[in-house]
Amino acid sequence: MHYFTDMPLLLMSVQSWTYILVGLTFSLYIFIAIWSRAGSTKDFYVAGGGVSPLTNGIATAADWMSAASFISMAGLISFMGYDGGVYLMGWTGGYVLLALMLAPYLRKFGKFTVPDFIGDRYYSNTARTVAVIAAIIVSFTYVAGQMRGVGVVFSRFLETSVEWGVVIGMLIVFFYAVLGGMKGITYTQVAQYCVLIFAFMVPAIFISIQMTGNVLPQMGFGGSLEDGTYLLDKLDGLHTQLGFEEYTSNKKSMVDIFAITLALMVGTAGLPHVIVRFFTVPDVKSARKSAGYALVFIAILYTTAPAIAAFARTNLLQTVYDSETQTAQAYQDMPDWFKQWEETGLLAWTDKNNDGKIQYVNGSSIVGKKPIFIEGKGAHGERLLSNPNIKTANELYIDKDIIVLANPEIAGLPNWVIALVAAGGLAAALSTAAGLLLVISTSVSHDLIKKQINPDISDKKELLAARISAAFAVVVAGYFGINPPGFVAAVVALAFGLAAASFFPAIVLGIFYKRMNKEGAVAGMVVGLLSMLFYMLTFKFNLFGETSSEDWWFGVSPEGFGSIAMVINFVVSIVICQFTPPPPTEVQEIVENIRIPRGAGAAQDH
Amino acid sequence: MDEPIENSQQPNKGKKAPNLKEYWHENLKYLAVLLFIWFTVSFGAGILFVDSLNQFQLGGFKLGFWFAQQGSIYCFVILIFVYVILMNRLDKKYGVD
Repeated sequence: MHYFTDMPLLLMSVQSWTYILVGLTFSLYIFIAIWSRAGSTKDFYVAGGGVSPLTNGIATAADWMSAASFISMAGLISFMGYDGGVYLMGWTGGYVLLALMLAPYLRKFGKFTVPDFIGDRYYSNTARTVAVIAAIIVSFTYVAGQMRGVGVVFSRFLETSVEWGVVIGMLIVFFYAVLGGMKGITYTQVAQYCVLIFAFMVPAIFISIQMTGNVLPQMGFGGSLEDGTYLLDKLDGLHTQLGFEEYTSNKKSMVDIFAITLALMVGTAGLPHVIVRFFTVPDVKSARKSAGYALVFIAILYTTAPAIAAFARTNLLQTVYDSETQTAQAYQDMPDWFKQWEETGLLAWTDKNNDGKIQYVNGSSIVGKKPIFIEGKGAHGERLLSNPNIKTANELYIDKDIIVLANPEIAGLPNWVIALVAAGGLAAALSTAAGLLLVISTSVSHDLIKKQINPDISDKKELLAARISAAFAVVVAGYFGINPPGFVAAVVALAFGLAAASFFPAIVLGIFYKRMNKEGAVAGMVVGLLSMLFYMLTFKFNLFGETSSEDWWFGVSPEGFGSIAMVINFVVSIVICQFTPPPPTEVQEIVENIRIPRGAGAAQDH
Repeated sequence: MDEPIENSQQPNKGKKAPNLKEYWHENLKYLAVLLFIWFTVSFGAGILFVDSLNQFQLGGFKLGFWFAQQGSIYCFVILIFVYVILMNRLDKKYGVD
């Protein structure tokens, strides 16, 4: 937390840079919010419905890429190697499903929200309510993580406490989400995308040039190092020498990799805050194109992240281990950044065999998930821990977040680049948080109040209700950001599983299967949701007694179970539908109608 | 996957009615082909056949690994734009744009 204090002169300027960059970007967001405030519910829900495909594509990319994509994903991949591909394929492949199977039709349908579609297509307020509940659970789960991300970036780069970081983040989001609704969010997201992608690419390009001489990290990833060996071959070699599995080979079972990838893809396509972005473009043609642009802007980061992962992993291993002489390096010879990040608690070293060298091998260096530091320093000046794992030879703990956060320092880049990462992380977290908050507020003001409780409410009053529920949602999200429930990380996987198990089948069947009726859809969603919840509670939270990966059904982890729950939803929906009456003629006409692009007017309030 | 349902085909007002059924069938055909490729590059090349593809090199990459961490994503982008072009053409052909 206090690593700045050790080297006041040099690092103060990183802090000043951070203040300047974060201050500038925040003022920009506020300026945009004032310029684009919403005047009607249509502005608030779908930004007036006239957003260009390119603008919407950029906004979708920012909406989609969260604090986790920006800060944690490259780090995760760095430690998972090939297995990290589940995130890369899962979080991009969903856009193909979205573009081909959902976005154009939902745009033609032309309402404001996902529960709107479910409610109208299945002519049932029960279906609408199930959809509202699912949308709110999914979005809250996600938004708490974003606020936490804001707090962490603040505390790491600006020496404020996590609590203050969350409060400042809340105020900013409050300002532009409550004032501008979807309109304000759309244009701030465009600005946030520019900030975050610049912040992500600059260090990546520098490091790629340093290590492989390639300007493009995507090329450097497959390029060769100074000594002529390919980067990935070198990395595989280092891994083998240190007793890890090869970087490019799999550790999870193939079945599980398949299931997780599918669950993430389908979950992505079913996430309400992504889907609603496609209600903001003028017509069906734009909705298709917009999905393509969105994936281009996402792919820039998603193809760079695995390259950063491999660069950082190689750098890190070569720092602690000399592969020529096959010896561990001494703690004393570690570069400055190593000790600085030890101060923040993201690195920890315990000299288990008292040789002053850093043994980094396969196995957990500590007991539990995080190192617990105690007062005092060891023989070599290292911070002491109370929870080293004496059963393994591994002496080094590395937090996955360090890969992106410390990358510029490891590569010795200028201070402004280091500060840029803070601004980028904040942009990623805030843009996603705003999109999610909008879904929550719309669910309450539109799907609950307007569609169920008080259909005669005036546009002005509905807008006020939307603002109040957005404000309320910001506060609740902030509370969870400051007091994160212990299960936050676990619950994010649940969010995808839930979206996969509920929305995706209901929407796809609603478009592609005209005979699908409300009985089938509601039963499918409920059974899908419940089986997902049951599996998570049983195998993730061990609610019904201790379980291990041996007990998983078909070897599928809770993270991957969304794909099975989705199949269950499909089967239940179709079977129940055969034994119940077909939907009324008007509904079948809706289905006919959404299949034809012509005449998609602006999103309608009905 | 649709079974025909009576009285559901509403003639379009105004312009001469395009053959919507055929339009929809061509659309489904495109979908099937594109989603097959989508499945092949990700679940196929990146997961199911990754070991056999890893026998081949693409620059410094093992081929299967490349598909899992790079290639599939490029293919996804191309797939969406191919779909956009195909559908724009189809919309014109049937006069539904």
